[in-house]
Amino acid sequence: MSPALQGLITIAVGVGGCLSYFYFSNLFLDKVLFPARGPNAGRNINRANMIRPWLFLAPALIALGLYLAYPVVETMRLSLTERIPGGGYRWVGLDNYRQMFREAKFWEAMRNNMLWLIVVPAASTAFGLLVAQLTDRIRWGSFAKSLIFMPMAISFVGAAVIFKLVYDTRPIEQQQIGILNALWLQFDGGAGSWALLKAIPSLILAGFAALSGFVGWLVLRPVIAGRFHSFGTPARIVATAASAALVVLSLRGIVELVGADFNYGAPQTWLTVPFWNSLFLMVVLIWIQTGFAMVILSAALRGIPEETIEAAIVDGAGPFQIFFQIKVPQIMGTIVVVWTTITLVVLKVFDIVFAMTNGQWETQVLANYMFDKLFRANNWGVGSASAMIIMLLVTPILVWNVYNARKEMR
Amino acid sequence: MSNIAGSRSALNWVVHLSVLGLVLLWLFPTVGLFVSSFRTADQISTSGWWKALFPSEQNLTLRATDPGNVEQLEEGGRWFISGNLFDEGVDASVSVWGVSSRDIAAFTPGDTADLGDGEVITVEANGDYVWSGAVKLEGRGQRVFATATTPPEFTFGNYRTVLFSKSTTDSMAKAFFNTLTVTIPATIIPIVIAAFAAYALAWMNFPGRAILIAIIVGLLVVPLQLALIPLLRLHLGIGIGKGYLGVWLAHTGFGLPLAIYLLRNYMVGLPRDIIENAKVDGATDFQIFTKIILPLSFPALASFAIFQFLWTWNDLLVAKVFLIDATGETTVMTNQIVELLGTRGGNWEILATAAFVSIAVPLAVFFAMQKYLVRGLLAGSVK
Repeated sequence: MSPALQGLITIAVGVGGCLSYFYFSNLFLDKVLFPARGPNAGRNINRANMIRPWLFLAPALIALGLYLAYPVVETMRLSLTERIPGGGYRWVGLDNYRQMFREAKFWEAMRNNMLWLIVVPAASTAFGLLVAQLTDRIRWGSFAKSLIFMPMAISFVGAAVIFKLVYDTRPIEQQQIGILNALWLQFDGGAGSWALLKAIPSLILAGFAALSGFVGWLVLRPVIAGRFHSFGTPARIVATAASAALVVLSLRGIVELVGADFNYGAPQTWLTVPFWNSLFLMVVLIWIQTGFAMVILSAALRGIPEETIEAAIVDGAGPFQIFFQIKVPQIMGTIVVVWTTITLVVLKVFDIVFAMTNGQWETQVLANYMFDKLFRANNWGVGSASAMIIMLLVTPILVWNVYNARKEMR
Repeated sequence: MSNIAGSRSALNWVVHLSVLGLVLLWLFPTVGLFVSSFRTADQISTSGWWKALFPSEQNLTLRATDPGNVEQLEEGGRWFISGNLFDEGVDASVSVWGVSSRDIAAFTPGDTADLGDGEVITVEANGDYVWSGAVKLEGRGQRVFATATTPPEFTFGNYRTVLFSKSTTDSMAKAFFNTLTVTIPATIIPIVIAAFAAYALAWMNFPGRAILIAIIVGLLVVPLQLALIPLLRLHLGIGIGKGYLGVWLAHTGFGLPLAIYLLRNYMVGLPRDIIENAKVDGATDFQIFTKIILPLSFPALASFAIFQFLWTWNDLLVAKVFLIDATGETTVMTNQIVELLGTRGGNWEILATAAFVSIAVPLAVFFAMQKYLVRGLLAGSVK
C-alpha cells in the first residue's frame, strides 16, 4: 500500500476514531450507564458528570502516560541495567554512570553544553531585545521583524547546510566560496585588522560584560536589601552567579582576543578549530532563536504602560536610561521566560551538531553523545544514563515552570 | 530645543541603519544558499555566490574550432578560419587575451598575435576571431587565454536534478512525499485528542484538575531524548516496528503537552456566558464542545497546527529513530540532506537545492500564517 494512501487512512481512522470514541462514549454514559430518567435521575446526572471529564481526558492521558511519563521511568531503569548479549537485562547499579564519568568524550560534551547554555540564551535574548527595541517605533519595523523571525521556520538541518556554505573552505590558490573565509582573507594583520578583529570585538565583549554585570546587580538588589522569598531568593542567587560567570567569561575573552596571534592570509577550516568551532555552531542556533526572543520581547515592550515612559521623559531621562532603567526592569519576567525557553532548546540541541561536525573536533554535546551511544555504540545503558543527565539539567526549569503555573492559577 | 530635535533625528538614522544592518546580516546566509541553488557546479566552485549577482571577470581557456571541422577559405595565398570563441548564447566580452598560458594578458581586443610559422590570430572583444596561416591549417584549434566579463547566469538545472531525476541519491521527490506523509497525520491527530482534553481541563470541574494541569506543564519540558529507547523497544515489542505508524504515534505523544497547554489557555479565556447559556438550554458537553468551543478556538488550533507542522516537517531525530529502517525507503528530507552532506559534501549545487526544496514549504507556511504563529508563541510563553 502506498504510504500516501496509508497516511490518508490513518488520518481518517485517527480523527474518525477519536470523534466516534468521544461521541459514543458520551452516548453510552448518558443513555445506558447513568440515564437521566427513572427514579435515580438526579443522582445519575451527577454521576455522569463526574465521569465525563475522564472520558474527555482518557485518550490524551493514555498517550501522555505512554509516550512521556513511562519513558522517564523506563529510561531511569535502563540506565541502571546492562544488556546481556543474547537477550535479557542485568542490574548493574551505577556502573553505567561510573563508566560514563570516566569517558573524556562525556566531559567534553558537558563542557560544551555548559558553554552553549551560557552563550546561546544570552546572545539570543540580547539580540532579540535589541531588535525588539529598535523596531518598536519605526514604520517598516514589522517587516524587519518578520525577516529576522524567518529562520524559525527553517529546520536545524537546513540551517546547518546554510552555515556550512558560510564556513566553507577552499585551498588558498582557489577563490573562496564561503563568505567567512572571503572576508577573512581581506585582513592582512595591519591596523584595520587590529581595529576590526580585536578592538571592536573587545569593546562589544566589554559592553556585554557590563550589561551582564548590571543585570546581575539588578537581580541581586532585592536580596541584598534583605527581602527574602523562599523560591525567589535562591533563583535570584543562581541568576546572579550566572551573570557573574558571563562577566568573567567575557573578560577572559577580551584578554585572549587581544593576545591572540591570528593566522592572517590563510583560509581557515572554521569547524575544525577547537573551542572556536563550538562558537561557530552556536551562531547557527542564535541565528534561529533570536527571532523567537524578539517576537516575545517585542510584545512585552508594547505592553509597558505608556505613562511610565512619559514620566521618565518629563524627568529628563535619555533614551538609554529609559531603556535600561524603565523598560528592561518592567519586562524582566518575560526576559526570564525567554531565557529559560531557549535554555530548554539548547539542552536538547542535536541536529545542528549531528549535521555539521557530528561531535568531531571537540564539538560534542550531550544529546549527540547520547545518540552516538544509543545507535552507534549500541550501549543502551550508558545512552540512558546520559539521557538522565539531560533530564537532570532540565529539572530545575521544570520545577520553576510548574511552580509558576500553579501560582498563576490560584 | 532645535538641538534636541537634531539629536533625535540623528538617533533615528542610527536606528534605521542598525535595523537594516541586522536584517541584512540575518538574511545573508539564506540568500547565499538560495542564489547557489541556481548556479552550476562550475560557477559555485569558481566564485563566491555574492559575485554571481554581478557580471564577473573570469580567466577562460578557449579554443578556436578544429581545422578538421570547418571549411577553410583560401584567399591571396593564405588559409583562413573565422568564428566565435564562446559557445552560442554566451554574452561575454574579452578585456585582454593571450596565446600562451605564461602571458594571458599579452594582447587587447583587435590585436593580432603572431603564432610563428606564418600563423596569426586576431581576437575581437565579442569573441570573434580570425585565424590564418601560410599553409592549410591542421591539428587542433588554436588555444586562446582570455580574460572575459560574463553576465550573471542562472539555471534551473539543479532543481530538475533534485526534483525529477531518477537518481536515488540526488532525487528528493520520494523524501518530499515521505515527509508530507509523516507530517499531515502527525499534525491533525494530536489536535483532535488535545482539544477534548483541553476542554475538560478548562470548563469541567472535577477533583485532580489542578494537579493534571501542573503535570502537563511539567511534561511540556521533558526532553524527548528520554523517550527514544523505551518507545523504540515498545514499538518493536508490540509489532509496530519502524514505520509511519510508529512515527505518527510518537509525534502525537510528543506534541500533546503543548497542544493541551495552548488550547486550554485559550479556551479558559472564552466568555463564560455563552457556555452557561448553552447549558441552560439543555446542550450536552459534547454539543457545547463541537458547536461552540471548537469554532471559537480556531486561532489557537491554527497556532498549534503551525507549530506541530513546522516541528514535524523539520524533525530529524524522531524520524531517524522511529521511521527510517535499514532499507532507507522511508527516508525524510532532513535525513536525506544529512546523508548528502556526508556523501556529496562538496557538491554545493545539489546540497543547496535539496536544502532549499525542504525549506520552501515551511517558509511558505511561515509567511502565510505568521500571525497565528506569533499568537501561539505569545500564548505559550508569556503566561
